[in-house]
Amino acid sequence: MFLTFPIMVIRVNTVENVVEWRWNNMIIIGAGSFFLSFVWRYLLKKKETGNQKAKPVETDRVPLSQRLFEDHKIYIPAAIAIAVFAVIFPFVFSMYQTNIMITALIYVTIALGLNIVVGLAGLLDLGYVAFYAVGAYSYALLNYHYGLGFWTVLPIGAGLAALFGIILGFPVLRLRGDYLAIVTLGFGEIIRLVLENWNEFSFGPSGIANIPRPGFFGIDFSLRGATIYIYFLMIGLTLFTVFVVNRLQDSRIGRAWVALREDEVACQAMGIDKTKTKLTAFALGATWAGMGGVVFAAKTTFINPASFTIWESINILCIVVLGGMGSIIGVIIGAFVLILLPEYLRAFSEYRILLFGAVLVLMMVFRPGGIISNVRRTYKFEGLKNKTEMS
Amino acid sequence: MRTILEIKSLTMDFGGLRALDHVDMDINEGEIVALIGPNGAGKTTFFNCITGIYAPTEGDMIISRPGKKKTRINGLKPNLVTEKGLARTFQNIRLFANMTVLENVMIGRHCRCSSGILGAVFRNRATVKEEQKVVEDSYMILEKIGLSEYVNEVAMNLPYGAQRRLEIARAMATEPFVLLLDEPAAGMNPQETRELDDLIVRLRDDEKVSILLIEHDMKLVMSLSDRIFVMDYGKKIAQGTPDEIKNNPAVIKAYLGEETDA
Repeated sequence: MFLTFPIMVIRVNTVENVVEWRWNNMIIIGAGSFFLSFVWRYLLKKKETGNQKAKPVETDRVPLSQRLFEDHKIYIPAAIAIAVFAVIFPFVFSMYQTNIMITALIYVTIALGLNIVVGLAGLLDLGYVAFYAVGAYSYALLNYHYGLGFWTVLPIGAGLAALFGIILGFPVLRLRGDYLAIVTLGFGEIIRLVLENWNEFSFGPSGIANIPRPGFFGIDFSLRGATIYIYFLMIGLTLFTVFVVNRLQDSRIGRAWVALREDEVACQAMGIDKTKTKLTAFALGATWAGMGGVVFAAKTTFINPASFTIWESINILCIVVLGGMGSIIGVIIGAFVLILLPEYLRAFSEYRILLFGAVLVLMMVFRPGGIISNVRRTYKFEGLKNKTEMS
Repeated sequence: MRTILEIKSLTMDFGGLRALDHVDMDINEGEIVALIGPNGAGKTTFFNCITGIYAPTEGDMIISRPGKKKTRINGLKPNLVTEKGLARTFQNIRLFANMTVLENVMIGRHCRCSSGILGAVFRNRATVKEEQKVVEDSYMILEKIGLSEYVNEVAMNLPYGAQRRLEIARAMATEPFVLLLDEPAAGMNPQETRELDDLIVRLRDDEKVSILLIEHDMKLVMSLSDRIFVMDYGKKIAQGTPDEIKNNPAVIKAYLGEETDA
């Protein structure tokens, strides 16, 4: 309350050189913080009692989100509803909405990629946006110089990003935690600075314009048509990502990633090749960022290094952390929340970042695992099934 | 009895500190060998050298399995040592805390499987079969070790004794021929220790593994081991059967100090 005093109560009117004392504000802030502290304490208390209650029954209780996905009565109609909504979305809503949705879907894809690196393998990567930039620039440059089309570059961009993932992976093999974060941060900045300053190569800060939109067997679309086309393309790519990431997570490699996150020494002692496992995590994570980047370049038709700043990396990381590390559904929800909310809250744009920060703090205090955090329990079911099959 | 693991004058320096000083050891097929010594004697360092976590300064470690060529395992990475058939547990439990018990054991099977990225994505028949087999094998191992009731429990929620046994199960999943146990009975109550005793003997008899264990529980060591090696200040000070060790003056000195006439 006292901290806000200079900002909220005193206002210096520089034109008339008088100081306004807005005592009303002080009362509001006082009452507000008083109320908020109550809410805060109540939530904390609830959390504690909740923990106590939850412990003993946890073993045989399936979490709600799990039930939602297991129970076909809820699951199938929900899936159909989402599918129908997704299909009619671009025809019902305006192009502005569709564009926002495309952005959100791009973020879903790249966040799922980062989820492999951070969520599963536990390697904190703060320079992830570099791979996004690699994807975007590979489309822009290959198209500019060689006239390659979107569909040719999509796999090339993904491959190049994977290559960069491995290039980053090698020097950081020995690092963990904070050190790794710093190095990846540096890597992200290097890529951005190279793009910004190497004018002959990347056209510097002025960027590359007139990148063609993706083609569809040579048909020319109107602007609206092209947007809708990219939208469906992005839906397809997202589904593809979810499919692949889900399968990876549920495989021998996915298990090795999680083991690496849990305990590196034990992981190696159990016969897992640390080098290989880390590099695959970096490469596969970067692949999705590369694809996302290609689509991003095709969507905006203009890219410059300003799109690939550290803030972007943090944003993607927030999606993963907020959504729930290692949980696919969680990351998808996280991406929608973090990308769509700021768009629709434009009216309160002044308070956006404030709100954003507050939400993050609250989340980390009350739900440190993210919105949905039940990766291992999903596994549990498979184990049980197999067990009953055997006995 | 054939020697299957031979360690010759193993030396490990950390800067100026000599943690291991020309230690020799050999382990025979189907034998339970104990490594004892006061705290800080270099027992765990010895383990870390064998399993590749440290690269020893000097010395040779040679495995010779029946029907296979002799191999030197110096300087191999830990995962390759495990692949060669030496598996270990840790003094301070190092389970994958947030994974289920079954998954912990499945990780142990990792190095005996081969499916890759493409297999994971396309789920071809070989991969599906392999996964199925991994689950079944892991479950069998858990059953043998007596942990099958916990299959789907998250590892960190297990009682302490069960966590220790899970470490053994996980190590067994890598199909070792020598099992290295680092203080398996630490922190266990007498009941759990007895069970552990049975388990170790059973592993030796049924699974045909040789066992090298570090342990401070003398009752366990004396009843279990065929031979005992004693270390102090990085040097091997004695070796022999439990009875020989009990009466060895050097060992008594290391543990209790020297007798003085005062």
